[in-house]
Amino acid sequence: MADRVIYAMYDDDMVLLDGAKKLVSEGVHITDVFSPFPVHGIDPVIGVKHTRLGIVSFMFGLLGLALSIVGFKYMMIDNWPINIGGKPNFSLMENFPSFVPITFEFTVLFAAHGMALTYLFRNKTLPGMPADNPYPRTTDDRFVMEIRLSDNTKFSASELHAKIKETDIIEIEEKDYVVIK
Amino acid sequence: MEFQISTKTKKTIFGVIGVGLLAVIIGIVQHSSDVSFGTRIMSNLLIDGFFFFAIALGALFFLALQYATETGWSVAVKRVVEGIASYVLVGIGILVAVFLVLTFSDGGWFGAETVNNSAGHIVHTGHIYQWMDPAFTDMNSHSYDPIIANKAPFLTKPFFWVVSIVYFATYFLFYKGFRKRSLAEDLEGGTRIHFKNFSKGALFLVLFGYFSSTSSWHWIMSVDAHWFSTLYGWYVFGGMWCTAMTTIMLVVLFLKKKGHLQLVNDSHIHDIGKWIFATSFLWSYLFFSQFMLYWYADIPEEVIYYVERIAEYKYIFWGMFMINFIIPMLILMSADAKRNIGILMFVCFAIIIGHWADVYMLITPGTMHEHGSIGFMEVGLFLIFAGVFTYFVLNTLTKAPLMPKNHPYLDESKHHHI
Repeated sequence: MADRVIYAMYDDDMVLLDGAKKLVSEGVHITDVFSPFPVHGIDPVIGVKHTRLGIVSFMFGLLGLALSIVGFKYMMIDNWPINIGGKPNFSLMENFPSFVPITFEFTVLFAAHGMALTYLFRNKTLPGMPADNPYPRTTDDRFVMEIRLSDNTKFSASELHAKIKETDIIEIEEKDYVVIK
Repeated sequence: MEFQISTKTKKTIFGVIGVGLLAVIIGIVQHSSDVSFGTRIMSNLLIDGFFFFAIALGALFFLALQYATETGWSVAVKRVVEGIASYVLVGIGILVAVFLVLTFSDGGWFGAETVNNSAGHIVHTGHIYQWMDPAFTDMNSHSYDPIIANKAPFLTKPFFWVVSIVYFATYFLFYKGFRKRSLAEDLEGGTRIHFKNFSKGALFLVLFGYFSSTSSWHWIMSVDAHWFSTLYGWYVFGGMWCTAMTTIMLVVLFLKKKGHLQLVNDSHIHDIGKWIFATSFLWSYLFFSQFMLYWYADIPEEVIYYVERIAEYKYIFWGMFMINFIIPMLILMSADAKRNIGILMFVCFAIIIGHWADVYMLITPGTMHEHGSIGFMEVGLFLIFAGVFTYFVLNTLTKAPLMPKNHPYLDESKHHHI
């Protein structure tokens, strides 16, 4: 049997946040929240782990740093040393100050682009990827909470409905959970 | 009122001052027969006088910045910033005393002389401000120095004093005004004082933008009177701001440990941590920008500044750059580190020492040349100043409630969450 999922719709982010706090305190597991903008403070409430995007960015930065050093070491020191203003061009260390700007640029370039692309890829929002938003209105002025029955085996569907209706929802709907490819 | 300096804290502060005095006495005994004895004492007084004055000035700047940008989160630590800024009163006094001694000793000349080999003339040496000595600016003197003499309208005693008094008066009046209005707001409420602070803060930023540069040229850059750098004021300002944020962090952590500032939460500490991280980068960026341009151009009269520092003070020079750049960068990069008290304390103390070494590097190689070293006298004077600074700041903090009332953004700051 396909998984069933309940979508609860709100028209205010703070109402949704209060509703989420109430439901979580009663033991309901909220799978996800869809909203037109980030709802401040929702992550810890519904148990979303802190993002690891910063670590990715740091590693991309290190990659850029390493690539730039390898690059100018090969180009400017080993393969074709050029005498620029009498600067020492035969050793990496002695000439390092003149390479610091490019090292910095490469690090920032890789960190920023790597982070942005990872973010888009991980969210499946790279250009051309199909949108997997169950409610298009959550890109406008609606806030939707997704609660899967398989995550809440200790409650029956009707119990969940009753609990959700106690919060200030404006709409509730239960349907088959469809994984959007 | 709510915060009192405990006897234990007082004992610690006086203990530090006592150890400092002892070290200074040992230093005096050690160096009293040196030719450079007077120069060493005056250099150290200028270093510590300026370093701690700069912390207070950085805090005053930060306070004005918060007013001018109408920042909400920082209201909860506003009294701490004011407390640190209050040291400008003492700092002004100490710097005026140092400048008076230097003025009446012709720029810190205490009788040291050397023979100029080529002509056999006797030349004065050991100055802090060489340009204050008429022997170098008098056309008829055999040690006439045309480079210094050409800077005459700027580097002269009367002009130095006129602008210094203008700087000091501005800092003094703005500190008094901010403090007075801050205390009045507690009683009065409303937004009248808030908007007054807004315009006064903006005005202070404009004045400080000019004065921070020009004062650093007069007070510090003129130590190397032949040399100049257009970036110098920014560089000194970057260090000033960084140490001020670090000191704010240390005082906030101290007060929180004592059970005060209950409303200051992790997010406030995180934000101050971000400031330390950012200002460390600002300082490092300016350090390197200045260094790379001179290194690249390699013009003898410009590069002499770095030759002197790297040849004679290699380990201090590169060491302080590593401490002030690498430690905050690697350690404070992660968000969790900016909320961890132990890590923050380590980084803060490292930065304080690193930036003191930076001010040491600004002044000592220009005054002591190859004879400078960090010994008992340097450490001792630092400890005395640190003790006096801490006592004065904590004493100001006892004079008003630690949490402002009636500030329009107080509620926002109470609920600060990132």
